[in-house]
Amino acid sequence: MTTIKAIEANLLTKRFGSFTAVDAITFDVQQGEIFGFLGANGAGKTTAIKMLIGLSRPTDGQAKVAGFDVYRQTEQIKNHIGYMSQRFSLYEDLTVKQNIRFYGGIYGLSRREIKTKTEEIVSNLELRDYSNKVVGALPLGWKQRLAFAVAGVHDPKIIFLDEPTGGVDPATRRQFWEMIYAAANQGVTIFVTTHYMDEAEYCDRISIMVDGKIEALDSPRNLKIQFEAKSMDDVFIKLARA
Amino acid sequence: MSAVKIENISKSFDTVLALAQVSFDVLKGELFGLIGPDGAGKTTMFKILTTLLMPDQGKAYVEGFHTVKDYKKIRRIIGYMPGKFSLYQDLTVEENLNFFATIFNTSIKENYHLIADIYGQLEPFKKRRAGNLSGGMKQKLALSCALIHEPKVLFLDEPTTGVDAVSRAEFWEMLGRLKAKGITIVVSTPYMDEASLCERIALIQTGKILSIDTPEHITNAYHKPLYAVRSDDFFRLMKELRGQHFAERVEPFGEYLHLTTKDQITEHEIHQYIQSQGHSTIELSAIEATIEDVFLDLMQAN
Amino acid sequence: MMLRTFIAFVKKETFHILRDPRTLFILFGMPIALVFIFGYTITNEFTGASISVVDQSKDKLSQALIDHLVASGHFELINVSDDIVSLENDFKAGVVKMGVVISPLFEQHFYRDKKATVQIIADATEPNYAATLTNYATRMINAFQNTKSEISSIPYQLDIESRMYYNPKLIGAYNFVPGVVALILMLICAMMTSLTIAKEKEMGTMDLLLVSPLHPLLIILGKVTPYVILSFINAIIVLGIGYFVFTVPIKGSLVLLLLLVLLYLMVALALGILISTKANSQQTAMMSSLFILLLPTMLLSGFIFPIASMPVILQYISKIIPAKYFIIIEKAIMLKGASLDSVINPVIVLGIMLVILLAAALKNFKVIYK
Repeated sequence: MTTIKAIEANLLTKRFGSFTAVDAITFDVQQGEIFGFLGANGAGKTTAIKMLIGLSRPTDGQAKVAGFDVYRQTEQIKNHIGYMSQRFSLYEDLTVKQNIRFYGGIYGLSRREIKTKTEEIVSNLELRDYSNKVVGALPLGWKQRLAFAVAGVHDPKIIFLDEPTGGVDPATRRQFWEMIYAAANQGVTIFVTTHYMDEAEYCDRISIMVDGKIEALDSPRNLKIQFEAKSMDDVFIKLARA
Repeated sequence: MSAVKIENISKSFDTVLALAQVSFDVLKGELFGLIGPDGAGKTTMFKILTTLLMPDQGKAYVEGFHTVKDYKKIRRIIGYMPGKFSLYQDLTVEENLNFFATIFNTSIKENYHLIADIYGQLEPFKKRRAGNLSGGMKQKLALSCALIHEPKVLFLDEPTTGVDAVSRAEFWEMLGRLKAKGITIVVSTPYMDEASLCERIALIQTGKILSIDTPEHITNAYHKPLYAVRSDDFFRLMKELRGQHFAERVEPFGEYLHLTTKDQITEHEIHQYIQSQGHSTIELSAIEATIEDVFLDLMQAN
Repeated sequence: MMLRTFIAFVKKETFHILRDPRTLFILFGMPIALVFIFGYTITNEFTGASISVVDQSKDKLSQALIDHLVASGHFELINVSDDIVSLENDFKAGVVKMGVVISPLFEQHFYRDKKATVQIIADATEPNYAATLTNYATRMINAFQNTKSEISSIPYQLDIESRMYYNPKLIGAYNFVPGVVALILMLICAMMTSLTIAKEKEMGTMDLLLVSPLHPLLIILGKVTPYVILSFINAIIVLGIGYFVFTVPIKGSLVLLLLLVLLYLMVALALGILISTKANSQQTAMMSSLFILLLPTMLLSGFIFPIASMPVILQYISKIIPAKYFIIIEKAIMLKGASLDSVINPVIVLGIMLVILLAAALKNFKVIYK
């Protein structure tokens, strides 16, 4: 494993008035790692991610994402990361090709690059027969995989996934995770936020946030040993009830 | 007599078949789970059973009443918690509960015993608007509102979706206590791991029932040899195993791969194969199937 | 039991209204804003219209005529010159909308030749306004002529006198107050009803209400009652502003007027419910309300454009616009002091509309979805 760090956060803090949403969190994510960022609703996950992707300025502490500083280099950060959320990603009324072209355009890809990328995505996902169909007509699982591919259209170093596979059937979910594994295998860092604990089990390492602090950080296996738990669900419950 | 009886129900929306000839019974006092992913037809089934939707074909009965002909009688005796949070966000916790008590012609006081241990946790926040509650608290309020008129049958459509693990665990504990009070509960969930918390389950996928039984019977019926495998190079291992003739299915299950074998092959032979591919820190052990393994298997068979 | 449920419903609905500033604004801000907007924009009256005078005579009588025009308060003198070019420049600069040109030797011609010329020139890029101004100026000049004329021996004097019944001063408010009442009641009652029911559907709470033992009629009644009451209060506010601020009379029976306001409210309500049975989201309800209610009520009811001057097709369409009949009723009672007998025809039409709309709304209200 290489030791290049995709994300380094050191005592990263965000306060809103007297309320500390993110309380001095410190963690590293290695390049090519699948990192699960877990926590209950309101634990501070969203605020932390907003700081990492350059949408919110930290109150205190340091962080580098893809080697860029979260205070001064937010524009560079945005160019080097991809983002996919279950709620917001593809335009349902545009075709597969139009979506790829649009997102390629946003990241300043040339017309030729967009063409190559479109070709690549359509053939990797076996969407050739559907490339001129509107995205809304595709099954949920295909949409998810397409959304992931589109999030990576500009070859970002890190892809942030916000609750990527809630509610899909077990087979579709696995196809999706296999895509993630393949991307990670090529050195793309994957940062997954979720409150579905069974999704966490697919990550290399996970952190669990409780009330603004990272209360646990390790591989799922080690966490289960540490907390004497059967599943990640149990780990989470033990942490939250402690 | 069954609390819920479903006979050959079919329902289509435009050209999409949501339910295809579904039949099953739920016994009185049972905690019954409808397990399946989004789009499997769970919500459609609930809308038919709660008399909101007419089936295209087939019949359904709740406590012996026909869901279309006797819909008024059914509406008096059921509690329904829709999949989407469906309370008045701009009313307070107390106002919501009061309103639902009144329209069912009862009062919070009269049936407090039913909701005491659920609503009790909400009472400190009873002046708070429902829209400002956390996911777990919303879910408790919705359950309280569905329970306030002492229903005979409770229909809960994905009550644990979007709720954190702690609230989910608490919710299932509450369902256990309600069941003990003799209320029949039909609950749906996309989480396979919640199946084992039900007495009986129906696995449902694209409008078809894949299997109905107790969770134990369903997993025990998985007769194929199943192994959990891992190594230091997970992704490569998965690809390599998939290319092998002895592998019927190789699926990632968190940090392990679940390997279902066909042909006659021993655990030792599998281990040797993996070792021959240059993997280290190999773990391999025969395991019992989970509901998810069965679901994947049944999906493939269908 | 029914009553208790009903009260609970009304209470809940009242909370919704009170806790949503937007709803509150639409309910109370909009009607009042509308009255004043219409009151001060759509009107045939004018005060202080800027005029220029080209006085080529500059004698006592010409000065007296200018004073007479200005003294009315309706005209404000911007410029007096003796050159027609100066008036043209004022027109081009847009400073004045009308000019009065008094020809040379005005006094002399007037008394001696009994024939003097005054020319009124108006900027007709706004034809209605130009017509209004010239009409008024002509009348004033005629009046001036009568006061100054010492000649009583004209052999045949033709006195043309026109009289405007019921609204002799042609006050715009007499037209727009009834129109605004019709518009506001339609908007608030029908649009808010359709919105509030669509909201329950959108939020999923409608399913919970349906799954309860509540009779669907009770659900609807419980939801719309607060809006009926609020709309009624609104009608009274608007009529009050009309009466006190714009001095629109109410010559007929106030009780009769309010009763018929209620009838019209019911029609609006039934329309709103009908729309909500078809619309599953607030957005659709809003769009359909605007399309089905707002525009026809404004444009085809005779409120803004006279029905008699519409193309035949639109005249036929206007026959199904409830506001048309209500405006007829309002004007008859308020301005003419009509009794029920005289407005019985439009009342019957509204009654029939109500029955048809209510039947359609109830038929379409789904107790079980297909």
